[in-house]
Amino acid sequence: MGGMHGMGPIVHEKNEPVFHAPWESRVYAIDRALFAWQKWNLDEWRHHIERILPSEYLRMSYYEKWLTANESRVVQYGFVTKEELESGRASAGAAKATPAFTPTMAQNYDRGIPSAKDPSVAPLFQVGQRVRARNINPTGHTRLPRYARGKTGQIIRDHGVYAFPDTNAQRLGEKRQHVYSVRFTARELWGKAASPRDFVHIDMWDDYLDHA
Amino acid sequence: MPSDPTLRVKALESLLVEKGLVDPAALDALIDYFQNKVGPRNGARVVARAWVDTGFKERLLADAPSAIAELGFTSHQGEHMVAVENGPKVHNLVVCTLCSCYPWPLLGLPPVWYKSTAYRSRAVIDPRGVLHEFGLDLAEDVDVHVWDSTAEVRYLVVPERPAGSERLGEEELAELVTRDAMVGVAHVSMPDRGGHA
Repeated sequence: MGGMHGMGPIVHEKNEPVFHAPWESRVYAIDRALFAWQKWNLDEWRHHIERILPSEYLRMSYYEKWLTANESRVVQYGFVTKEELESGRASAGAAKATPAFTPTMAQNYDRGIPSAKDPSVAPLFQVGQRVRARNINPTGHTRLPRYARGKTGQIIRDHGVYAFPDTNAQRLGEKRQHVYSVRFTARELWGKAASPRDFVHIDMWDDYLDHA
Repeated sequence: MPSDPTLRVKALESLLVEKGLVDPAALDALIDYFQNKVGPRNGARVVARAWVDTGFKERLLADAPSAIAELGFTSHQGEHMVAVENGPKVHNLVVCTLCSCYPWPLLGLPPVWYKSTAYRSRAVIDPRGVLHEFGLDLAEDVDVHVWDSTAEVRYLVVPERPAGSERLGEEELAELVTRDAMVGVAHVSMPDRGGHA
């Protein structure tokens, strides 16, 4: 979405509530509780949202997207059948989850992201080096923003080792590698009209970068 | 399926409960946590501590997760924090152009504007215009550093301590720090006391 025009003004609501309606809080909580079953990882989770048809994605509110993604994934991962989702009732004789959702599982909400400190994975780049973001355009999930592809920047920080989203979202392996903060000048990203004093920092995995 | 989200969520929840996949009490607890237990007050305490304790600030900027853990705010989406400091000639602004990444343990869940396509699209290409819309006009000689949260790192802006706040204690300072200032779309200002000294 970065750099697109025409999305309108930013609407800043004073004293905004955490949720705007009870259903938003329910869908948020359902989402987290289902995540605790560990049937999908965070990268798959993000891809489920991204698979919403672009015209629908732009029309829907934030939690409508969460609701829509959850309706799809409970069927996709076999938690419920399509018929059950449509009727809102379990089919006659349908098995209950074994074990049923437990308080212990609730701890999985905060399972979190594993430590980024992993000396067994060597970095391919060093702080201070110039790098060019690869011009890749995968059809699946990626965390390489379109506005940075092909652009040159500088590594300013090594964040440590993380799962690679492009493969992890497709269950093709975590392919753990270093993630860096890469600094781009606004002029490199947007051209001469940009302020020479503006910079954009993007967190990028080894596989998104080449030496420049 | 009904089209109204309220009905859709009710149908989904009752089905999942019936099948033993979610527990309504666990859902209630989760909602309570995000409505009442976490929010920008946590982040404000981190910022206020950094303002009054130079050693803490140095630790926060060098290794934010460890420093934040000193105050006890460690949970999901806050594992990999980086703190970035504003100054007279540098201003930091945080966005997630790809989705809605945000430091939950310190700021709670993100506001609608942060998740909006308008903010996500423009923060990186027109940060000064965005800040202007928030009522913040930066001088031309101030560098703007935008942080696009594209990975699992979450960013916290440490705003400038407002002039005239020298006599305030840590708790009073924390009262001044807003969510918007910690995302980078506002400065922290002294409360308007309705008169001039």
